[in-house]
Amino acid sequence: MLLWNTVRLAVTVTLLCAVIGTLTAWCIERTELPARSILAVLVVLPVAIPDFIVGYGWVSVAPSVHGFPGAVLVMTLALYPLVYLPVAASLRGADPAHEEIARSLGWGRLRTFWGVSLRQARTAILGGCLLVALALLAEYGAFEILRFQTFTTEIFTEFQVGFDAPAACALSLVLVALGLVVLLAETGAGRGGVRTSRTGPQVARLPRRAPLGRALLPTLAGFLVLCGLALGVPIGTLVYWMARGGSTTLPGTSIVSAALHTALYSAAAAALATVLALPVALVAVRHRRPTTVLLERSTYVVQALPGLVIALAFVFFSVRYLPFLYQSPELLVLAYAVLFFPLALVAVRASVARAPSGLEEVGRSLGRRPLGVLWRVTLPLVAPGLAAAFCLVFLSAVTELTATLILVPTGVHTLATQFWAYETNLSYGAAAPYAAVIVGIAAVPSVVLGRWFDRMPSPAAVVVS
Amino acid sequence: MRASRSRGAAALTGAALVVASVAVAVPIGAGPAAASSSTTITLYNGQHEQTTDTLVSAFERQTGITVKVRSDDEDVLANQVAEEGSNTPADVIYTENSAPLEFLQEKGLLGPVARSTLAAVPSQYNSPRGDWVGVSARVSVLVYNPGIVPASRLPTSIMDLASPKWRGKLGIAPGETDFQPLVTSIERSRGHAAAVRWLQAIKANAASHTYPDNETLTAMVNQGQVGLGVINQYYWYRSVDENGKASTHSAIAYFAPRDPGYVLDVSGAAVLRSTTQRAAAQRLVAFLVSAAGEQILAHSKSYEYPLGSGVSTAQALRPFDTLQPTPLTVSQIGDGQGAVALLREVQLL
Repeated sequence: MLLWNTVRLAVTVTLLCAVIGTLTAWCIERTELPARSILAVLVVLPVAIPDFIVGYGWVSVAPSVHGFPGAVLVMTLALYPLVYLPVAASLRGADPAHEEIARSLGWGRLRTFWGVSLRQARTAILGGCLLVALALLAEYGAFEILRFQTFTTEIFTEFQVGFDAPAACALSLVLVALGLVVLLAETGAGRGGVRTSRTGPQVARLPRRAPLGRALLPTLAGFLVLCGLALGVPIGTLVYWMARGGSTTLPGTSIVSAALHTALYSAAAAALATVLALPVALVAVRHRRPTTVLLERSTYVVQALPGLVIALAFVFFSVRYLPFLYQSPELLVLAYAVLFFPLALVAVRASVARAPSGLEEVGRSLGRRPLGVLWRVTLPLVAPGLAAAFCLVFLSAVTELTATLILVPTGVHTLATQFWAYETNLSYGAAAPYAAVIVGIAAVPSVVLGRWFDRMPSPAAVVVS
Repeated sequence: MRASRSRGAAALTGAALVVASVAVAVPIGAGPAAASSSTTITLYNGQHEQTTDTLVSAFERQTGITVKVRSDDEDVLANQVAEEGSNTPADVIYTENSAPLEFLQEKGLLGPVARSTLAAVPSQYNSPRGDWVGVSARVSVLVYNPGIVPASRLPTSIMDLASPKWRGKLGIAPGETDFQPLVTSIERSRGHAAAVRWLQAIKANAASHTYPDNETLTAMVNQGQVGLGVINQYYWYRSVDENGKASTHSAIAYFAPRDPGYVLDVSGAAVLRSTTQRAAAQRLVAFLVSAAGEQILAHSKSYEYPLGSGVSTAQALRPFDTLQPTPLTVSQIGDGQGAVALLREVQLL
């Protein structure tokens, strides 16, 4: 029963996220959709809304949302950005020449999308799907509210009411096994890949965007519905709480200090995870051997484990072997980096796979040292992937609650812990501003990165070398 | 073009590295200033956070001892202390229910509470072994929506909730730690088989109105999505505070005297066996049950009943000495594992 629930949910939601994430990414990167820069920020925000608010919002708005269909709806809306971000980064860096060649050889737009664009984004799509599937295995908060039992809700039950850590750990091993199955499936699907790096002039240029024509209105309507469901329901809940709640924390100084801590911890974790992901991705893509593949694959397993299990493992390990680090900011940042490392890796790997190794060889042959090549050639090539990785980890760390409560320095409050402290005491009005700031902070990297991308070469500035 | 891209990437990576190194090298705002000559102790708090903060400030003013507070759900804190073992940074733990304290006591992680502290509280609310002291209490009641269930039709016993007439009207939160004492109470008064039958019946009655916690259950009754449920009385008072009288569409009612559903839950505090600040830790626990500490609880918005030093609640709750709960001792409630096994048997967990 638990196994069936877990598996059917993982399959359904992963497929839906793949479709929605890829389509939104393609529309934003490849079509003349109006208000693209705003939509690009809006579509990633759902990842930054605490799952409790999403679940509570839906239960309040539509009590019929529960069980399997409810879980599919809520999780799809919450997780599709995990596919969107790597795919968008991948499409941004992909060589438009492939698509142009296909069109010039007489392929229609649909066939080009299917046969060329999708294949270019294949590593990114599969990576995103991997993240979604693994995240579903570990999800807890939303399922608790939606009354949908999976292995993870069962693990929490063991911990919470059973005080039974051994039983919880035994169930976690089942999750690890399921995670390995997902990884094997992704490895199998990723085999027989196509050459996706650039051809011809090694200069980045943006593809010509497809006019939407008659499809414009339906596409815009689709985006409206997507954002309305994924953002409208939870944000509406927050506004309702703030307007109606008898308790309030506005204006408050604690909200500023909590926001500062949240931003610093999350940014540090995002930077750390991204920096660590680069060598793993380089080794896994450039030096593909059984050992390196195993190394890369093994890092994904944490994504399938609930935050509680990982946090308690950190407690056990650090309190015994690194007591001076226990409940320090450094340990929390490290825990975030470990928890969200798979997110960074997927985004970086997709970019590395697309960067032509030939360019690095040219750099070496021109006398640059390996580090110089990394700095001057590889980094610029994989930059969109690094940025997407930073973004994904930052968004996830900002809302992380379970591990934060366990590992945050005693006495320090973050936005998530303050939200929790008020929410558990029914002070919804006081809790809502913290959640609103979480969503606001989460928008920052998306906006900044969007601007940074927009300053990258535009079609008008194409230089043929 | 290539040069400008390269600079952009270098700038981004550089910025990321700076943030990372700053974060790792400099402790980011290590919380309230801890460095002073005075004694500092650490409290693991599973209770109402705002009330605990008030208690701690008063204690700090009175004694000059600094208290670092770490708040989380009581069950997570208990699991965390179990993982930390004798290396735990905690000196004192303060929880909403007696079950986590009983769990830690069985693991041998609690030290004895000072006799004088235990003496401030009637002995039936303390650990029989003297490893934790009762600080406050609350009582289970019916919360109902008069628009769906008129007061005149309310059940007087929790056993009546098994009747099919409550199908679709009853809401439950079986995953709550507060739910286990009810199950324990029913099993003790009516026996194992009757408890299983009762659980199966309420599971069928509640069906899709099964909620993750009492907060949600209380809100759903208030919104009229379900007719009635069993909660601890303080959830309802807190929700009235939040929603205001005008938006309160629910009320509470008590079960008949000594009904198995009329259960008193005790919140308590303990000193960790491994503490290196035993004297200061004992002072904090003593303060919680002192007249000064209990007065703060009595006036707080946590709506619990103070247990120590003869202090009565200042809130408009039914007076503590008129309550007639079922005679269920804290050791009978234990760590709740019997109740958990029953809940598992009927697959409510």
